[in-house]
Amino acid sequence: MSCLPPVQARRYSSFRSSAKLALRATFLATTLVFIALPAFAGLGEDVSSVQADQAHMQGSLRTTQAQAYTLHEIQAPTGTVVREYVSSSGKVFAVAWQGPWPPDMRQILANYFTPYQQAAQARANLHTGRSPLTISQPGLIVQSGGHMRSFAGRAYIPEMLPQGVSAEAIR
Amino acid sequence: MSAITSAANANKRSANNQIHSSRRTLLHRSLAIPVCGALLFTAACGGSSSSPSVKTNPGSNVLAISVNAGPAGNYANGAFASVTVCAPGTSTCQTVNDVLVDTGSSGLRILSSVLTATLPAQKAGDGNPVVECLPFITGYTWGPVQTADIELAGEKAGSVPIQVVSDTAYPVPTDCADFGTSVDTLSSLGANGILGVGSFIQDCGPACVSTGSSNPGLYYECPASGCVVVGEALAQQVANPVASFSADNNGVLIELPAAGSPENSLNGSLIFGIGTQSNNALGTAQVYSVDDYGDFVTTYKSQTYNQSFIDSGSNGLYFLGSGDTGLPVCADADYFYCPSTTQTLSATNSGATGSPSGAVSFSVANADDLFNNNPNATVFGQLAGPNSLGFDWGLPFFYGRNIFTAIQGKSTPGGTGPYWAY
Repeated sequence: MSCLPPVQARRYSSFRSSAKLALRATFLATTLVFIALPAFAGLGEDVSSVQADQAHMQGSLRTTQAQAYTLHEIQAPTGTVVREYVSSSGKVFAVAWQGPWPPDMRQILANYFTPYQQAAQARANLHTGRSPLTISQPGLIVQSGGHMRSFAGRAYIPEMLPQGVSAEAIR
Repeated sequence: MSAITSAANANKRSANNQIHSSRRTLLHRSLAIPVCGALLFTAACGGSSSSPSVKTNPGSNVLAISVNAGPAGNYANGAFASVTVCAPGTSTCQTVNDVLVDTGSSGLRILSSVLTATLPAQKAGDGNPVVECLPFITGYTWGPVQTADIELAGEKAGSVPIQVVSDTAYPVPTDCADFGTSVDTLSSLGANGILGVGSFIQDCGPACVSTGSSNPGLYYECPASGCVVVGEALAQQVANPVASFSADNNGVLIELPAAGSPENSLNGSLIFGIGTQSNNALGTAQVYSVDDYGDFVTTYKSQTYNQSFIDSGSNGLYFLGSGDTGLPVCADADYFYCPSTTQTLSATNSGATGSPSGAVSFSVANADDLFNNNPNATVFGQLAGPNSLGFDWGLPFFYGRNIFTAIQGKSTPGGTGPYWAY
């Protein structure tokens, strides 16, 4: 939670002021999604997909500009936070999550959900026991850990990490 | 041989030892509980996972646990116990063996494939069955909520909601499947069930009571038309049975002997209550508070990690990554570390409030060597791997260290839970 780059924080929108406003804004966002946004959102997708994720999570969005990327942080009403890292070319190259429950992994992993699911299933069936989840494939790294009521993880596309950005910075 | 295949092979071999390790469990139990008579032995200790039994074990707060390969024959560092479930208010009971003891979760979950006892289904207000989707790290469990009297050693929890895990009883909703993958079978779970005896009373808590966008969507009602998320009152949620005991209900103590080198099995105790009997006094144990998420703080090389936790249900010492530690992961299994020689490391655990603090020394061995050199072993005190955001002190942390897990809101001689003490 304390890992935001200390630069130029801007609050694009906050739906917390009133429930009515939240409903209206969600409706607007949802409408926008249907009109303008791609069906897939999240990892590997265009920056515009962040809004689809925000709408899906019914969350508030805060955007922060760092030197090598733009960080879009979505706070869901469930308490779970999703951070989407967008490169200068406008692509989501990494996502991270943290909160009492995991996010909708299909939503935030987009086209990477199926490989994630298959790797997780293979890992479960290997079964040396319950552990954090580490998936390393060409083009996809997923690291997920925690326990009931406290989940955290990151997923990224190694080839798309901007120069000077380490995997450890994604959290 | 690779870590993966060697573990699988080792564990297949270990499967041949299942009967023996079960017998060892029985032997240990009968030794650990001197009051255990012949009737008790056959009833409490002798049931297979499918035989109905009537169990009494008056007075004992000690449940035998055994670290072994588990019912799938391929588990490393898993602590298993026998759990008896009864239709509420009846003596129609079943003892389920090989249930994983998990201080990292709350509530009892049993695979429907091993449950033969008929338990009443929980119904929503409109009469539809309630079904739960519970996400774990490795995958979610899905299945109906049923109600059982739960007997653990001589302790009894009356009418507790449990989850009966099955991906066939009701179709898995999309929102549940979107958590990742299911662990609904013996082969994917590696256990006949999970006995969650963590610091939370309910698995979800207040978040699942409300309806609307703040509800994480764990509880569903399932009419024929399809499952929909419902608000679930706290008393209806799947819950840690220990909190419902009439006594010894403020937490648990796990005792396991040290395991400096790999062992084929290890016997220990899950003791109910903290400071309630002569066998569960805190003594000199330090009390480490945890935060609202059930985490505390571990400091390693001057960096603090406040999403760290102790969890008997994790099967290794999982911490950070190669970039932070300099420890290489195994070439064939990037979820374990494979240093060329065993490394002894030091970290400091602190309560979520910052104090107290205590140094921890631990060792990380080459996981490939552990599995290859000890093909029949299931107890690996030096098995470790990465965990991106902090320290997950799994079962090896319990070897040779008595660890208390206090339940939220419960009074103990060490203060009100939740906390860990050791």
